[in-house]
Amino acid sequence: MKKQEYHPFEDNAGEFQDKLFETRIEAVNLAYKKAPKSEWAKYAERMIHIIFLLLGLITVGCVLLITVYLVISGIPAIREIGPVDFLFGREWASTAAEPRYGILPFILTSIYGTAGAIVIGVPVGFMTAVYLSKLASPKVKSVMQSAVSLLAGIPSVVYGLVGMLVLVPGIRKVFNVPDGASLLAAIIVLAIMILPSIIKMSVTALDAVPKEYEDASLALGATPIETYFKVSVPAAKSGIAAAVVLGVGRAIGEAMAVMMVAGNVPNMPDSLFQSVRFLTTAVSSEMAYSSGLQQQALFSIALVLFLFIMLINAMLNFFLKQEKE
Amino acid sequence: MQNQFLSEKRKGYEVLMKALMLLSVGLTAGLVLFLLVYVLMKGIPNITWELLSTKPSYLTEKIGILPDILNTVYIVLAALLIVLPLGVGAAIYLTEYASNRKVVSIIEYAAETLSGIPSIIYGLVGMLLFSNSMGTCLLAGALTLVIMNLPTIMRTTQESLKTVPQSYREGAFGLGAGKWRVVRTVVLPGCVDGVITGAILSVGRILGESAALLFTAGFAHTVLTFPLGMKSPGATLTVALYFYAKEQGEFGVAFAIAAILMVLTVLINFAAALVQRYFAKRRSL
Amino acid sequence: MSNIITVKDMCLWYGDHKALNNVNIDIPEKSITAFIGPSGCGKSTFLKTLNRMNDLIPGVKITGDIRYEAKDIFGRDVDVNNLRKEIGMVFQKPNPFPMSIYDNVAYGPRTHGITNKVQLDEIVEQALRDAAIWDEVKDRLKKNALGMSGGQQQRLCIARALAVQPKILLMDEPTSALDPISTSRIEELVMELKEKYTIVIVTHNMQQAVRVSDYTAFFLLGELVEFGKTDDIFSQPKDKRTEDYITGRFG
Repeated sequence: MKKQEYHPFEDNAGEFQDKLFETRIEAVNLAYKKAPKSEWAKYAERMIHIIFLLLGLITVGCVLLITVYLVISGIPAIREIGPVDFLFGREWASTAAEPRYGILPFILTSIYGTAGAIVIGVPVGFMTAVYLSKLASPKVKSVMQSAVSLLAGIPSVVYGLVGMLVLVPGIRKVFNVPDGASLLAAIIVLAIMILPSIIKMSVTALDAVPKEYEDASLALGATPIETYFKVSVPAAKSGIAAAVVLGVGRAIGEAMAVMMVAGNVPNMPDSLFQSVRFLTTAVSSEMAYSSGLQQQALFSIALVLFLFIMLINAMLNFFLKQEKE
Repeated sequence: MQNQFLSEKRKGYEVLMKALMLLSVGLTAGLVLFLLVYVLMKGIPNITWELLSTKPSYLTEKIGILPDILNTVYIVLAALLIVLPLGVGAAIYLTEYASNRKVVSIIEYAAETLSGIPSIIYGLVGMLLFSNSMGTCLLAGALTLVIMNLPTIMRTTQESLKTVPQSYREGAFGLGAGKWRVVRTVVLPGCVDGVITGAILSVGRILGESAALLFTAGFAHTVLTFPLGMKSPGATLTVALYFYAKEQGEFGVAFAIAAILMVLTVLINFAAALVQRYFAKRRSL
Repeated sequence: MSNIITVKDMCLWYGDHKALNNVNIDIPEKSITAFIGPSGCGKSTFLKTLNRMNDLIPGVKITGDIRYEAKDIFGRDVDVNNLRKEIGMVFQKPNPFPMSIYDNVAYGPRTHGITNKVQLDEIVEQALRDAAIWDEVKDRLKKNALGMSGGQQQRLCIARALAVQPKILLMDEPTSALDPISTSRIEELVMELKEKYTIVIVTHNMQQAVRVSDYTAFFLLGELVEFGKTDDIFSQPKDKRTEDYITGRFG
């Protein structure tokens, strides 16, 4: 079928075409000359470049904005309370007649809670990752990877809800304590919540280990399992370290789920069954009704949390850079 | 069997490691299965048409989550509408325009930092930045979520921009096309998959977000309209779940919402995987 | 015959590495000039300098004087996009855009502001005819260009380059990714095109240089060793290194 629109001229022999060529070139060149000139296009090009530059710098702006806001609003209370009293004070009684603003309980709770989550979550996540990366059939691997993605996607309030209704009563019954809402409950919830980050990142790191390393080990008579743990895992150690650090970041930053299961009383974390308050939940539990110095102290807590996170970010970056090399 | 030649110690190691791995995988799989089944079983019986289609009333003491559903939709829409152009633009700057390595690494470091900041801090800064000036409202919540999701959109877009062959750009430049024309006609069509993947991931993240919204978008349960309602406070589904479970002890409603969120999470994961598979297939053609 | 491009004392650095050293060459109009030399000798780099495609690579520094129609191509008043319209390019690997055949060819004209449908149709047809591919594609102009064979894709890329009415066509090893039949078709096409265009072709294939080109330039280690009529270069090279190379002693 011939499409008329693309046949302005009959399909003729080359001679005719050649004769037409010169006149056509002239016509086309004329058309190019008539086409809008590029003076303003250069200007527009420069404008567009600037617009994209600004878009690119948005993230930098946001980080600066967040840092500046947190520092500006976090410093006054620390100054008023005194950095030592604030950071190392063992008592938080913000609404008492003579308010006390010591956040050591929150800091320690966050550290213990995160450490506990790591102690439980990392071995499970790590072993799962090795299995998925090295031993699982492709089908099992893909099903499990979707399961892990699902685990990552479940909202933290849902974890909190299930924790409230399953874990908290469970702890009360099993350990025979008056209230199950405790550091232990928070640790278990956090351990589950950091699992997906650890598994995903470790699998990626383990998958990237060159097959030649493993072949060399196998050829020396090592069993596959020995090879995976003694060759592949050390080769992927930076990536696995990064996965652990990522888990630390997730655990220390989690607020809602912890708020629902940890009991939320500003106690020192003396035992696993103590009802405790984390740095994150310290901010969120009083923010709604706070004012004055109390509110400023909450901002200071956020600043402390932010500093922890920046430290963890720097570590994460360090390990990721190492892995790239 | 090679096992015959292994010493007792090595055999023990082998068995132990295998057992630990299987245990861990079983634990992980069991957890996912338990959460899924438990939440759905507890939640689905509580999902009624009345719950979905009404707002809570203090007179009849009945709870409806229609406002929360609508608020969630509004916040997702508004946040995506703002974050997509910003994130895609930033990614284009990084891969197409930026020539200074240092600027690129600063921007990338900033994006990584943003994605590491916990949502409670976003909530606080969002409160200071937006809610203090425009009041506690859905828009303030959406803007906070925009900052949170910027790195996600940037990353997925950047990744797919990197898969656009350099030869396309060379071809277009070789014909005398300016940078913007090359980006618009040759590069952008090639990164649609990254943008869609990023959008889906962001929707998932926004659906699950609560800590960043508590102090920015508020708790209200009134039925609002889009886009004017963005200036009023409102709870999303997650915030409502928290509220009903923690403050009111309405666990039936909380589980109903949890079940809805669970189903949505499954759907979103499925959609993300589907999109990735679809585009991977198209690319390999 | 006048020279359309003149190059004087041109050097090029990638960062600290000097990739081209003191190149002097005059390229005659409406002829085919071939650049030969072992890989890594700088011939492709030099080619890409002529329409400033090297601008896209960060860290490239160029000194010396390059003139196209007596105008400095790095001059302040030169619009690089216009320069590339005048000096078109065909790449080593066929690189059609992921769009229809028609849109591929119309891309250049549209870029330079031609929106009139009738004019576009005409330009597209003429370019496809010039690239000797019109008869193969005229019934599927709306089909995606990526569905064509490699040889067809390369001729489409030639058509795409011709559609903006360039004066010069730079070809960077245009047949190295193609099978022998497609290669000979492109070679025939190149020889026809020299009636209307100046062609500069980089090739690693000396037979190809002998078959198609009027002039040949031999590059070695970033230097232009010898330049002259193809017949002379291959029958009586002046430089020992040229002779060694064309007789296959290295490379």
